[in-house]
Amino acid sequence: MLLINCPYCGERPELEFVHGGQAHIARPGNPAECSDQQWADYLYRRDNIKGVHAERWRHTHGCGRFFNALRDTTSDLFLATYKVGERPPAQSQQKRATA
Amino acid sequence: MRDLSAARQGPYIAASPLVRPLPPATRLLLRGDPDVMATALGALGLQFAETACRAVSASGRAALWLGPDERLLLGPQAEFPALSELLRTALAGRAHSLVDVSHRQCALEVSGPQAGLLLNCGCPLDLDPAAFPVDMCTRTVLAKAEVVLWRTAERSFHLEVWRSFVPYVSKVLSLAARELTA
Ligand SMILES: [Zn+2]
Repeated sequence: MLLINCPYCGERPELEFVHGGQAHIARPGNPAECSDQQWADYLYRRDNIKGVHAERWRHTHGCGRFFNALRDTTSDLFLATYKVGERPPAQSQQKRATA
Repeated sequence: MRDLSAARQGPYIAASPLVRPLPPATRLLLRGDPDVMATALGALGLQFAETACRAVSASGRAALWLGPDERLLLGPQAEFPALSELLRTALAGRAHSLVDVSHRQCALEVSGPQAGLLLNCGCPLDLDPAAFPVDMCTRTVLAKAEVVLWRTAERSFHLEVWRSFVPYVSKVLSLAARELTA
């Protein structure tokens, strides 16, 4: 089973987690000043990356916390996980495929 | 209104020598910052630590770490009025949430030399004592139900199961136990 490293609980089986969509999307400070297009982009438009993607995950059946993860969408390898509010870890801090 | 409490029965527990229901208890779910936790645990006479996934217990009371800002507080059923009053007083004026969940869930005990193996029939965590030592606790999944798992001794686990999941969880465990004792 795929293990995901929760920043609070450590490595746990993937079925305790749920995916929460793309990470680091900032809500516009003043929605009233947004054009319809900008607001629609914020609400609906997401990257569809082939490769390393920053995502939100939630340890639903564990500590219940949201956190962020860098995941390679082609191999499902989790390169790093980090707490909400933190920046993605530097490349040297990330896990690499060993194969 | 007619008092139905006498007729009210606990959920069905499938019989198994390895699984037994524990008596009703006081259960309080506390959320707040570390300051709140330290105050609450101090008031209950429990040691405060921020270590993840650890339970502290003393004289029939226990605090289980469920999340960085979340603890499940357990105590004897009869202590409910005293415990809630104690916490209300200790936490007055502080931002926190204290919810009585005594009747939301039931406790099961899984014990015996094969307790870990039995739980592993439905729970993917590594339950070796080196990876999951005594007093480790966590919310996790057991088959298709969410449970809180707490290792109270090397060969004994305390399970907090939501009430309506108890028949299912106890059935899964008793079926798996049949396999182990066959
Ligand atoms: Zn966690």
